[in-house]
Order: sequence, then C-alpha cells, then structure tokens
Amino acid sequence: MRARVLIRPKEGILDPQGQAVEQALPALGFSGVRNVHVGRLIELEVDDLSQVPQMCERLLANPLIEDYEVMEAPRHADGGAKR
Amino acid sequence: MKFGVIRFPGSCDEVDALLACRRFGDAELLWHKDRDLRGADAVVIPGGFSYGDYLRAGAIARFSPVMETVTRFAADGGPVLGICNGFQVLCEAGLLPGALLPNRSLRFVCRQVDVVVENADTPFTRACEEGDRLSVPVKHTTGRYHSPGVSEEEVVLRYAPGQNPNGSQDDIAGVCNAERNVMGLMPHPEHAVDPLTGSADGGRLFQSLALAQPAGAGPAVAPVR
Repeated sequence: MRARVLIRPKEGILDPQGQAVEQALPALGFSGVRNVHVGRLIELEVDDLSQVPQMCERLLANPLIEDYEVMEAPRHADGGAKR
Repeated sequence: MKFGVIRFPGSCDEVDALLACRRFGDAELLWHKDRDLRGADAVVIPGGFSYGDYLRAGAIARFSPVMETVTRFAADGGPVLGICNGFQVLCEAGLLPGALLPNRSLRFVCRQVDVVVENADTPFTRACEEGDRLSVPVKHTTGRYHSPGVSEEEVVLRYAPGQNPNGSQDDIAGVCNAERNVMGLMPHPEHAVDPLTGSADGGRLFQSLALAQPAGAGPAVAPVR
C-alpha cells in the first residue's frame, strides 16, 4: 500500500520559512492568512503500514524538531506513483 | 597522536581538516565505508554536504558503515570532533544533544566570527582558557542550534555577543556530550590554522586534541601558543 507521511516543524520552534511565506501572501493581495508552516511530504510504497511510524522515528523525521503524521495515500489509477 | 578524518560522498572540508590535524600530529583520511579507524586516536567529521544533505543535513550519513565504528569508539571514550556538517551528523546520530535548523535568515552565511570558550575542561579546548575569544569562519545554511535539554556544562563555545550568525539558542556555537569526549561546532576551526588566512585560532582545538593524547601513547606535542 501507499503511505503518505506529513512532516511539520514542531510547534513552538521558529519556522522562518513559514514566516516568509506568511509575509509574502499579503503582498500578493491575499488577506486573512495566519499560522503558515512549511514542512514536507514523503510518499512511499510499503507492505506494512504499521512500520511507518518507526521509519519516521529513526529516519524520515527528527522527532526533536519535527512532528509527523502517517496516513494511507490514495493509489493512482495506474497502480503506482505518478511521476 | 593520530587523527582520522572521515570523508563521505559530499564532504568538502576534509582536506583542510586533514591539513589542520597534520600541524599537530599524524592524520589519515577514512572513507565512509571503512569499518576500521586504522589506529586513529581521535576522529574528525568534517564539513560539507554528506550524501547531498538529502532528507535533513546529516540524516543519511549517520547510517554509514564508518559511523557504527565511530559510535563504538565514542562509547569507549574516544574523542570525536564534528565540524559543521559533522556536527549535524553527530546530532542526528544521537551522540550530541540537539539539532541544527535552517538559519533564522534562511540565507547562507559566510563570515568570520568570534566565539568564546565557555568550557576549557574538554579534550577539544584544553589548550584554551575559559573566556578566550577565537576568530573562526562560519559558512552554512543549516546552523541554528536547538536543544531543549542541553545543559550549561555541555556548552563549549558561544558566539561572541552580537555575533550569532544563525539564530542559535543562547548563542551556542559548539556543544559536547555529558562525557565530554564528543564535540560538535558550526564554525570551521580547520579554516583558521594559519595567519595567512586571517587567524590561526582554530588550531587550538586540534592542538588540544593532541595534548589530550593518553599518557604513554607517544611524544606530547609542544604547545604553539
């Protein structure tokens, strides 16, 4: 199955990337934007979804500075990742 | 005193580190696939972009074969110095407290800074005295030190007041582990070993390691202060 891992900077840790985006959006005329955070998305094909949190703890994320969230990703029609 | 300097794919400061070490002892390059430290008395993990900094700086390098050996070497009390990317690798490996985040400015910084020796009672700083200021360059994008649990005893170097280049917590520039045999720092002492390049202060860290050599293991290196 296809797993999707969302990784975000931990709450309370200064996120200058998020701040930069938050400041850029009003400059383009978008108003009412708050709490922007920039993280990353990892998608992977796995036999056992229950192993993914361990993968996050050991490699995919750094739990000291990042939170992660694991979910099952929808498959693409061709059965594989769209590239 | 024999230094082992590790070269990963993507390292770029290993030759400067090797030459800095050779001012104070013997030194040899080690390859990331080596499982043998070839008799090194101290290990230096140099700066660069090991494994392309993929995922996070240092995240992949910590799983390289040589790091298994380095981890055992450190557990046995062997001195390990990580510079810049080497600091990131040691944090990712859990050999040092904390993590390095992108600079507050989000920009690459490259400048000479002063760092203050906060702890001279380590194998890396014993040629210094507490309060000494060392002029060394920084050059990094991911150097903002963050560690909720770091203790004051683990802080070895601080950026001089007003000179924090990256937003590091409490101006921390370099830390050691509780046992004080593993140290990491973002500045580059290996680029500051000759007055020709503006400062020779960085040599004091390598000199300290040479002084820290266990008794009976060979002739002591004369101080160069």
